[in-house]
Amino acid sequence: MFLFTLTRLVYLGVVLVVMSILVFLITQAMPGDVAHLIAGQFASKEVVEAISIKLGLDQPLIVQYGRWAAGILHGDLGRSLTLEQAIAPIVIEALIRSLVLAVSALFIVAVLGIGLGVLAAVRRGKLSDQMVSGISYIGIAVPDFFWAILLILVFGSYLQLLPTGGYAPISDGFLAWAKHLILPVITLVLMMLARVARLTRSSMIDVLQTNYVKYARAKGMPERVVIFRHALKNALLPTITVLAINFGWILGGVVVIETVFSYPGLGRLLLFAIQRHDLPLIQATILLVSTAYCLANLVADLLYAFVNPKIRHSMSNN
Amino acid sequence: MAAASPSASSPARWPLSLWIGMAMLAPLILVAVGGPAVAPYVYDEMNFLARLQPPGPDFWCGTDEFGRDVFSRTLVGTRESLIMGFSATLISLVIGMPLGLIAGYKRGRIEELIMRASDVLLSFPPILLGILVLAVTPPALWKAIVAIGIVYAPQVVRVTRAITLELMQEEFIEAARLRGESARYVLFSEILPNIWPPLAVETSLRIVFAILLGAALSFIGMGAQPPSSDWGLMIAEARPFVEQAPWIALCPGFALAVTVIGINLLGDGLRAVLDPRNTGRH
Repeated sequence: MFLFTLTRLVYLGVVLVVMSILVFLITQAMPGDVAHLIAGQFASKEVVEAISIKLGLDQPLIVQYGRWAAGILHGDLGRSLTLEQAIAPIVIEALIRSLVLAVSALFIVAVLGIGLGVLAAVRRGKLSDQMVSGISYIGIAVPDFFWAILLILVFGSYLQLLPTGGYAPISDGFLAWAKHLILPVITLVLMMLARVARLTRSSMIDVLQTNYVKYARAKGMPERVVIFRHALKNALLPTITVLAINFGWILGGVVVIETVFSYPGLGRLLLFAIQRHDLPLIQATILLVSTAYCLANLVADLLYAFVNPKIRHSMSNN
Repeated sequence: MAAASPSASSPARWPLSLWIGMAMLAPLILVAVGGPAVAPYVYDEMNFLARLQPPGPDFWCGTDEFGRDVFSRTLVGTRESLIMGFSATLISLVIGMPLGLIAGYKRGRIEELIMRASDVLLSFPPILLGILVLAVTPPALWKAIVAIGIVYAPQVVRVTRAITLELMQEEFIEAARLRGESARYVLFSEILPNIWPPLAVETSLRIVFAILLGAALSFIGMGAQPPSSDWGLMIAEARPFVEQAPWIALCPGFALAVTVIGINLLGDGLRAVLDPRNTGRH
């Protein structure tokens, strides 16, 4: 297990390095010279040159990459060109906001998805099972941003219950803050609920047919105990992995959701940076989201290996 | 040698999902082929006397903020969405399939290299990789298509490799290799015809992902550009008016849902017909 974790960590490190090179090269290929952008349209050639020397833009790419990467390792993400501030605090603030969305959505998906999956498995073939499957199918078919607009329409415009977008800092009061989170979180939940519920359902159905469950029933155990104590524990193995993978998806999906709801998280920051050609900001946000995504996938792999005794043992044997 | 068992391929035994999927997609394909010709109005013609009109006999799905007919725009957008989905998937296949075949057939160093490279691409969230590719130059529809093709290529590599590896265990491949057939013969005449059935199923699902990712990219302004009536773009443009005129967003959203459900059903049905062994694997 230790060796497995170690190799996965080394592998993650390699992926991150390659990724940072990719991000760096692609953003370097972007049109528009940074020095020109800073100096403005009417700056003289000398000014532009002075700026590019000051920023080190005249040096070879590899030197520039080395300096950039070294900075990141020291926690220095550079300065934003358009906001004219250090990037690290901006990005971290946005990351925390995005994480608030992602973590609350993941929590609700875990509870609801597992609950619905178990319900569908226990009442297999009955109306409630078919309803869960039907809802799952629709949940996957409609793109997240369209869900978002439907929710805005219903809860924002017609019922006037919730704000249709934006963000309120927690200093404005917990209620105002929470109200702005509800719709984006519901949207994220809708996107993932189907997969979690379907997976829990199918693995629960498999487990319910195993001999030890039959034995527990034959012993005369109450159905509730059979389902929740015996069956669920084993049925959850694949679900846990999918939840961790989903967490990565949310982090990617926030770009769209945050745009619809004008929620000032990492995704919207990235789009802002792209529109303004703010290279350091683009590099920092993409790298941060991708790192978080990789970490979520790593956690998924490790969890899967950890909770699955078969894999755990086969690994310690090797 | 035929991969699909003949009993399952007669139309009488096709599963219901395949029929429903085809019934949903047939009108969409007709509309996509017909394009602007089947639309009651010119999709980008503005009419300032009829702005934000609710659905009615003149405008079945109402009009948008420029007085353009939403129904016509949605119809015309069908072509764009389907082209996006199909051509992006084609690009993924063109890039991914040969690499997957080589990785599965040659094994060793080459396989390691190809698989690690696709792992790195898979480490990016799909939409982010799309944005990264698109951020380099001004947005355009064809660039979005290429970006989506690249984003999903690694997954095609993985699937093709897995199927190839499975096939390599088969006796007829071993026989061909023992006969001393060239690698090219084995790859093209023995393996290629047999990876199509499972790959076709996989491809139908890829198309759904491509359409959804394309819509999302257009929605955030990095795909199709105005005055195009791409569904993702239409929904984005409808966002500020969603309270006054929800029909502008609802119409393309509904079209997207029908398309995605239709292709999904078709894919489920195809799997049952072409790849009966693996039904329920996903």
